[in-house]
Amino acid sequence: MDKTPKKEVISILVDNQANVLDRVVGLFGRRGFTIDSLTVSATDNPKISRITIVFTGTDQALYQIMTQTEKLEVVREIFTLEAKNSIYRELLLLKVRTGKNDRAAIREIVEIYRGRIIDLSKDSMIIELTGPPEKLDAFMNMMADHDIAEVCRTGITGIERGLKPDSRASVIPDSIRNPVDNSLDPETSSG
Amino acid sequence: MKVTGSQIVAEVLLEHGVDTVFGYPGGAALNLYDTLYDYQDKIKHVLFAHEQGAAHAADGYSRATGKTGVVIATSGPGATNLTTGIATAFMDSIPMVAITANVPDALIGRDAFQEICITGVTMPITKHNFFVNRIEDLENALRQGFRIANSGRKGPVLIDITKNVTAEMIDYKKRAPLSLPSAPVCDDKEIAEIANLINKAERPVIHFGGGVAAANASNLLNELVKKANIPAAHTMMGAGVLGYENKLNLGLIGMHGSIAANKAVDHADLVVALGTRFSDRVALNPPKWAKKATKIQIDIDRSEINKNVLVDKYLVCDAKDFLKKLLPLIKPKKRTKWVAQITTWKKESTNNKCAKATLRPSEVITAVCDLTDKDTIYTTDVGQHQMWAAQYLKHKKTRAFLTSGGLGTMGFGYGAAIGAQIGCPKRRVIHFTSDGSLHMNLNEASTAVSQNLPIITVIMNNRVLGMVYQWQTIFYDKKYAATNPERKTDFPKLIEAFGGKGYRASTPTEFEKAFKEALKSDGPVWIDCAIAKEERVLPMIPAGGTAKDMIIG
Repeated sequence: MDKTPKKEVISILVDNQANVLDRVVGLFGRRGFTIDSLTVSATDNPKISRITIVFTGTDQALYQIMTQTEKLEVVREIFTLEAKNSIYRELLLLKVRTGKNDRAAIREIVEIYRGRIIDLSKDSMIIELTGPPEKLDAFMNMMADHDIAEVCRTGITGIERGLKPDSRASVIPDSIRNPVDNSLDPETSSG
Repeated sequence: MKVTGSQIVAEVLLEHGVDTVFGYPGGAALNLYDTLYDYQDKIKHVLFAHEQGAAHAADGYSRATGKTGVVIATSGPGATNLTTGIATAFMDSIPMVAITANVPDALIGRDAFQEICITGVTMPITKHNFFVNRIEDLENALRQGFRIANSGRKGPVLIDITKNVTAEMIDYKKRAPLSLPSAPVCDDKEIAEIANLINKAERPVIHFGGGVAAANASNLLNELVKKANIPAAHTMMGAGVLGYENKLNLGLIGMHGSIAANKAVDHADLVVALGTRFSDRVALNPPKWAKKATKIQIDIDRSEINKNVLVDKYLVCDAKDFLKKLLPLIKPKKRTKWVAQITTWKKESTNNKCAKATLRPSEVITAVCDLTDKDTIYTTDVGQHQMWAAQYLKHKKTRAFLTSGGLGTMGFGYGAAIGAQIGCPKRRVIHFTSDGSLHMNLNEASTAVSQNLPIITVIMNNRVLGMVYQWQTIFYDKKYAATNPERKTDFPKLIEAFGGKGYRASTPTEFEKAFKEALKSDGPVWIDCAIAKEERVLPMIPAGGTAKDMIIG
């Protein structure tokens, strides 16, 4: 089993009811797993919501949090969205201080990244950009030279490519289904 | 037929065969209790002194009988007082349904008198919980509650009902309980591979826990042990699955486990872990635990696989189904050398002398075993006396040693004993406790008296908070911080004030005499046993240690 922490995108289909987010997020918290980002959204079925969680951890941690989460009564389905067969998107809103001199330069960057300027005032503008998180990171990098006032990112939401299989073959990815290496156990001791 | 929400509660309880509930009334629960009064011929309600005691009783009732324990409390403090009891059941996978009343829906969220969001409070300590503020949802929540509590890995469920719902009317039709989802089925190929590993193993050990008892698989495990001559060690929750007289029973494993159990696992070439979760009190150092062994884990809860100790092979299934399919594939084998080795280890004993003692814990427990029959149920609180009871009791049956294994709840035992005695009126119930633990919930003596329950409480009174005192002696340079309470409680007088009987013993002869007297009583009895504070629980593996670090004298 691989011990290096990896970024994973986990998709959870849950019953759309009061406290459902508490139940999922609370579980991550009390089991000691940190969430990088989280989005909750409606699906085509009003009874079901989708929670997309980005999580960094080892294979063992991923297996543990997924098997713990699948035990929750409100969880209908849980699976990882693997990069090779999934699409991730994120929305960025960025407010930047501008004057007459740098407006054109900023506009050029925004156009290259296919973003939109959605608000303009004498001394600031707000830019909207959607895309995979890497694109947003690259855009942020380009904007670093300018006087950024505020940034707001939604976190990833994601979906699998193609039609959904009738029965998902593997809720838990194969790589962590049969972990066998004892030498990788974490050193633990407590009183 | 139109009925009230409270009647629905009573009817659904009856649908599920519930004839006994434990609880405490209150303002928000008035309607519920009004209905329970009308149903008293069919549902016995046992009133406690404190909701925590009632929750432990529902738990103890469930542990002893195998049925679902039901506890009822009012809103606010009534509900929060349940939490330690619910958490205890959660950690030990005991099926329990807790029903709480909340303030009327119109007052929810306004910090009304005795309002608390108990579903929020109990989210981490229940399998699931329900907040019911619409009468349309009540019936389903209750039925789902029983289903969830009893399916897969069992555990507690809480249903919080607003007061208005307990009074509103709706149509109700009797129904059968919801069917439980079937447990995951073992894969035949995997079973064959595991059988092959067992057949090839020279030094195998079975390590089992409460999952075997919960699956009612004791007979099958006994058969496996006998057929293949495999020594077996148990966790706290697995006590009683193998008889104490079984030569292959290694006894308790872990921090205060037997020398034989810990050494056997340390030397084993194969460990089959059955219905157990490698807690930190068992595998004190996970990477080094059974390091020479191929490890196989069988558990009904997939999230237990590789949680604490990484295993080489696993199966997610019911222990009974697993053993049933495994047994025909197991070849009878003598394993003479390995059995001889564990027999030698079993003879090794700790050097547990205590110069100042006139009455030893082992003497007390052995006398109790000798003077009671095989159907006796033992309960414990938590601490040294719990470990002594686990070590010295002659365990013979499952569901007969009721102890807070996971949460380690001091104050668990008396409530649990009451629940067990009410669930099993014909069996003898003995409660082992200590001066520290008994002080936590001794108010329930009033309940034992009201119910006229002949529970015998054996108090290992060493006048200190013994387990912490022992750690301070060994690891904290005898700095006894807050473990010497200097109490002057006169336990025999105290139980007499409650309306029971009390005895005192400071020698084995005195104890035997007192215990024989106690056996004649038809109400609760306490026996205050003078134990030296220097008494230790041995063996002991310090946290993070292995069998090699075992302290034996």
